[in-house]
Amino acid sequence: MTIKDIINELRLNVLTGTDQLDNQVKGAYVSDLLSDVMGKAGNGELWITLHTHPNIVAVAALKELAAILIVNGGIPDNETINVAAKENIPILGTTERAFPICGRLYKIMEANAMVQG
Amino acid sequence: MHVHTVLSPCGGLDMSPSKIIDHAVREKIDILAITDHNSTKHCGLAQELGKRKGITVLAGAELNTMEEIHCLAIFENIDKAGIFQQFIDRNLNVVNNKPDLFGYQVIVDEDEQILAEEDRLLVASLKVSVHETEKMVHDLGGIFIPAHINRPYNSIYSQLGFLPSELKADALEISRNANYEMFIREHPELSGYKLITNSDAHHGEQIGRNTTDYYLKQPEFEEIAMALKDINGRKVKTI
Repeated sequence: MTIKDIINELRLNVLTGTDQLDNQVKGAYVSDLLSDVMGKAGNGELWITLHTHPNIVAVAALKELAAILIVNGGIPDNETINVAAKENIPILGTTERAFPICGRLYKIMEANAMVQG
Repeated sequence: MHVHTVLSPCGGLDMSPSKIIDHAVREKIDILAITDHNSTKHCGLAQELGKRKGITVLAGAELNTMEEIHCLAIFENIDKAGIFQQFIDRNLNVVNNKPDLFGYQVIVDEDEQILAEEDRLLVASLKVSVHETEKMVHDLGGIFIPAHINRPYNSIYSQLGFLPSELKADALEISRNANYEMFIREHPELSGYKLITNSDAHHGEQIGRNTTDYYLKQPEFEEIAMALKDINGRKVKTI
């Protein structure tokens, strides 16, 4: 499943990284504690968060995440966008809250046999 | 009370202890605290260099608790900071730093020669709560100050949404951002605390950009501690 597939299914906005949308997504991780993401998220996963600070890009690059999805209509700082473009980390956005987005994403991933257990 | 060195990944390469002391002399600062992210390892050198120029340097750190709340811890002397360093070492979540993403974390000597590189990412969080951290700082006789409480990330308000009344903060640090006065108005519970501001300097020219006046007999840790408690005529000019 590609980032583009997820964007289409969930009707997400693309805030940066339009040239990276054919990248594969292996799963997803939801957390608003950066240290938790550094410890637990897996490479190739989509990270769902409400943070907009530039540090999210460094964390995503460190963990080689597929993309960041900012919920609740959060607008990233300009610096976040600039760093993300440099690090090739796509940033997606939605005005929806994390719970419905995660629920729908889970269903899509389940249908694509991407959810274990 | 809040100065980073080149040991902090976000600290500028111009923030060697010797440069910091030079800036402090220029800014006519009598007393400052070195507070790197989750490390006290540059405090000893800064203290020594400060002494030569008549500047008191307090040994501290800016901690990142498990809730990702930044808090300043400031100690009476380098021995107590050393004991606290062991607490940090036991509790830091170990993530390897990637300098191109987060910045270099180096320990230097007085001639700015690199002595060691810190491999553990110092902006990672500790495995202990803000309450446990506060208790450990106070058990060592230190000063505990939640940092930049009005910042939308890594502050006690951003992470918990409120200020726990049982948390024993010796002061609260306010960032002098555009909205700080409104923040204070919107949080009447702050009236019970000493509100101070600091430079949170990460680059040389930021040293002394925001300061707090303390009325002390001498620029010493004990005097600052008294001022924060309004003891013996010592005072803090709060925000």
